[in-house]
Amino acid sequence: MGTLLPGLIKASYFLAALLFIVGLKRMSSPRTARTGILWAGVGMLVAVAATFMLPGLHNRALMLTAIVLGTSAAWWSGRRVAMTAMPQMVALYNGMGGGAAAAIGLAELIAAAAWSNGHPGQCAFAAASTAACLAPSATVLAYVGLFIGAVSFAGSLIAFAKLQGWMDRRFVFAGQRALNGVILLAALALGAWTLATGFAAGAQVPLLAIVVFAVLALLLGLLMTLPIGGADMPVVISLYNAFTGLAVAFEGYVLQNEAMIIAGMVVGAAGTLLTQLMARAMNRSLGNVLFGSFGAAGGAAQTIAGAQKPIEAADAAVMMAYAERVAIVPGYGMAVAQAQHKVWEFAQALIARGVKVRFAIHPVAGRMPGHMNVLLAEAGVPYDLIADMDDINPEFPTTDVVLVIGANDVVNPVARTDPSSPIYGMPILDVASAKNVIVIKRGKGTGFAGIENALFYADNARMLYGDGQAAVASLVAELKAVDG
Amino acid sequence: MIDGFLALYIFMLAAFTGYEIIARVPVILHTPLMSGSNFVHGIVVIGAMVALGHAQTPLEQAIGFAGVLLGAGNAAGGYVVTERMLDMFKASKNKERG
Repeated sequence: MGTLLPGLIKASYFLAALLFIVGLKRMSSPRTARTGILWAGVGMLVAVAATFMLPGLHNRALMLTAIVLGTSAAWWSGRRVAMTAMPQMVALYNGMGGGAAAAIGLAELIAAAAWSNGHPGQCAFAAASTAACLAPSATVLAYVGLFIGAVSFAGSLIAFAKLQGWMDRRFVFAGQRALNGVILLAALALGAWTLATGFAAGAQVPLLAIVVFAVLALLLGLLMTLPIGGADMPVVISLYNAFTGLAVAFEGYVLQNEAMIIAGMVVGAAGTLLTQLMARAMNRSLGNVLFGSFGAAGGAAQTIAGAQKPIEAADAAVMMAYAERVAIVPGYGMAVAQAQHKVWEFAQALIARGVKVRFAIHPVAGRMPGHMNVLLAEAGVPYDLIADMDDINPEFPTTDVVLVIGANDVVNPVARTDPSSPIYGMPILDVASAKNVIVIKRGKGTGFAGIENALFYADNARMLYGDGQAAVASLVAELKAVDG
Repeated sequence: MIDGFLALYIFMLAAFTGYEIIARVPVILHTPLMSGSNFVHGIVVIGAMVALGHAQTPLEQAIGFAGVLLGAGNAAGGYVVTERMLDMFKASKNKERG
């Protein structure tokens, strides 16, 4: 019995790590994605149950209370939130994970320092529970994990608040970057000082120094995220997701927990790559997202000749009813107007008439890469009708009608033609090359980036003004009228 | 005992695994996958459980309790949100309506 239980627990951690990797792998293909989260979920249950069985743990009642409270609150909020709000919920839960990793680092360091202070000269930073000395590498990683976790915690909460609309302006002030640098240096210096004091001198480490270190990290996460605009938040959330993964891996090393090391590191690497993919899809470098400010630079934009030409819903419906190929380009505006169900109803009516309909999705349509696909899927659009930018761009010249609804910057030809434009170089959906373009738009304003859209003035483009939901509803009605 | 170079090897192999999983993913799965990986680092809850289990002073208990609370929230919330997103991926042949 003495060796059986620890062996079983180790085996459970191995199983959990395996299930996480298999689960993530399954989530990377649309066909197997739905079962992937189940596999990973089983892994989590196994790991938590095994940890609860660990011999020698105290405070089990507190532990159970915290698990029940945390689980039920998150479960409840995750169930009832709208699909359009998913990005900020990911940010919120990610921040919680970062905070948990920081809490582990803080608790372990404080416990170790307290033990070490009480047993001078034996070793610096001993693990209090076993009275065995914490290796120098583990102490350093405990600090690093605490730092990264705290930055992710504070940063993710700001990202959540911004996407939730609780904080709609960017906080920019002079010397902000210098202040961030000073805080970073102060944290590094303080961390190095406590390490040097504990290790080299074997002197007393004030517990307050460790707490101040954590507060500095929180402050840095806060100040780093405040000046970043809403459009860049997806990239930032993905970055903090990777941060939390790394923090979990490092704290896993401190606790000698293989499941945490492997799961954390896999997420850290996957999250870093995902962040790069997202930044590339928006044609921004990561440094630019974190330290630049969007649209601040840039000279005078080209003026666009021509006028916007309106179209009535009846004419637009007839045009699409007799088309051979129609492509629908949805944007975040469609999601905000909750028009995705109506759009799918309209598309089904077209398909019933024998029109070939496809949905064209820009990589950053919505608020996150893939967000638009989720919203369309919610409306019941099968994923095989949905085409990526690279697949659909060569098809636009043979497409009879493109219906743009709630999308603006991702179809703006200026990104290809005007080097002075802030979005110059961003890959776009080349809808202007289609035979006809119909744009559903609320009014004559500019898009999220505040840039005039040359597409709306093109010869083959017609504007259908109105609220997204109402405009599509009238298209559906007019389409029925076509058949009489 | 995982120490020194053994830990480095685990770090390296796990990092490559994560990289390979994401490398060939279609864009439509980026958001669900980000959410899924967000769930996976919810494993932090077991570390927080150990930290709370070792806690002796009220300060350590408070920090450990907060850690378990947050970690459990990460795991549960991450699971629900990911499951809801992935539930929507259906091919046309097995759709239930229209």
